[in-house]
Amino acid sequence: MQEAGSMPDTVRPKRPLKSWFDVRHRKVGTWAFALNRLTGIGLSLYLIIHLVILSLLLQGEQGWNDFVTLVKSPFFLTLDVILLFGFLFHGLNGVRVGLVGMGIGVDNQRTLFWVLMAVGIVLLLAGAWLIFTL
Amino acid sequence: MMAEQQVQFKVLRYKQGQASPTFQTFNLTVNEDTTVLVALQDIRRDQDPTLILRHSCHHASCGTCGMKINGQEQLSCVVKALDLGTQTVMVEPLDNLPLISDLVVDMNGFYDRYTTPEMMYLRESEFLTEADLPEGIEKWLRFENCVECGCCVSACPIAGSDAEYLGPAALAAAWRVVAEPRESNPQEALEWVDNEHGCWRCHAAFECSEVCPSDVDPAGAIMSLRGELTRRKFRRLFGRR
Repeated sequence: MQEAGSMPDTVRPKRPLKSWFDVRHRKVGTWAFALNRLTGIGLSLYLIIHLVILSLLLQGEQGWNDFVTLVKSPFFLTLDVILLFGFLFHGLNGVRVGLVGMGIGVDNQRTLFWVLMAVGIVLLLAGAWLIFTL
Repeated sequence: MMAEQQVQFKVLRYKQGQASPTFQTFNLTVNEDTTVLVALQDIRRDQDPTLILRHSCHHASCGTCGMKINGQEQLSCVVKALDLGTQTVMVEPLDNLPLISDLVVDMNGFYDRYTTPEMMYLRESEFLTEADLPEGIEKWLRFENCVECGCCVSACPIAGSDAEYLGPAALAAAWRVVAEPRESNPQEALEWVDNEHGCWRCHAAFECSEVCPSDVDPAGAIMSLRGELTRRKFRRLFGRR
């Protein structure tokens, strides 16, 4: 398959990160695309950290209890809220991408995005309240 | 008397052999009817004849004057400089296509996407010997809204990272073949787009449809291709063709 040009662009070589994350002058779809990538990277990193932290269980009860005390601090609870945001955004935007990919709501994809984000905000606020009060 | 105003045009400049592009600022007096294209032509005529740009029809039909104006892909022939509402107008060539000089990018690869054998509209109409062509026309052209300006490819975040991606315009054209086969078999077009560099590469940013000056809605076409392929795969899965 040929490249999108008869010659490689040596003057402006492809810069994927700029292409994905430079959202200046772009509409909501590109913002959603960029944030989906960011949250995807964040969730992948979290999964690795989560597995590493679970290995603390191997150090016995005291090691785990010390860790639980640490993560109940407001700083770590705030990180939990950020994590919940990542889950909700990635998941709900994934629902939108899945639906439009099946031809559902293509003409109203912007509305679909905002409706799902409204659901996400409600869930995020409820989740944050639970994280800080339970 | 038409109101006139001084506007700065910050134009990307690049010539072959130059290490990297730079910006050059031109001051120009424009009126409320001055389009960005006319402003650039005025700059070329009165200030710098080495400024290179593409244009033809001046009324959004030919698609040759697509460029980034204040960061957004647009046809410069229909964008009025004063309507932008900025004292400085940034003018850059389209992204994701090889830069040749100043505001001109290499469109060959973009056009080549349309002339693959799978795009049967062009193939059949170009090579049908019995086709009765109107006087003065050498071959049939596709009849569709797309003006092949390249704005969609420039705005697409995936085209910026995957050089082999077919791109929104070609995929939209492929959907035309599928949606309106005109007694041809659209299977070839579907097979052409059914791969990791075809319609499945799109990540639904919808920016191509946002910037399209002809309301082609390439993103919608890509989603329609996916839907059609999914339906066909399911039918095959259950033994139906």
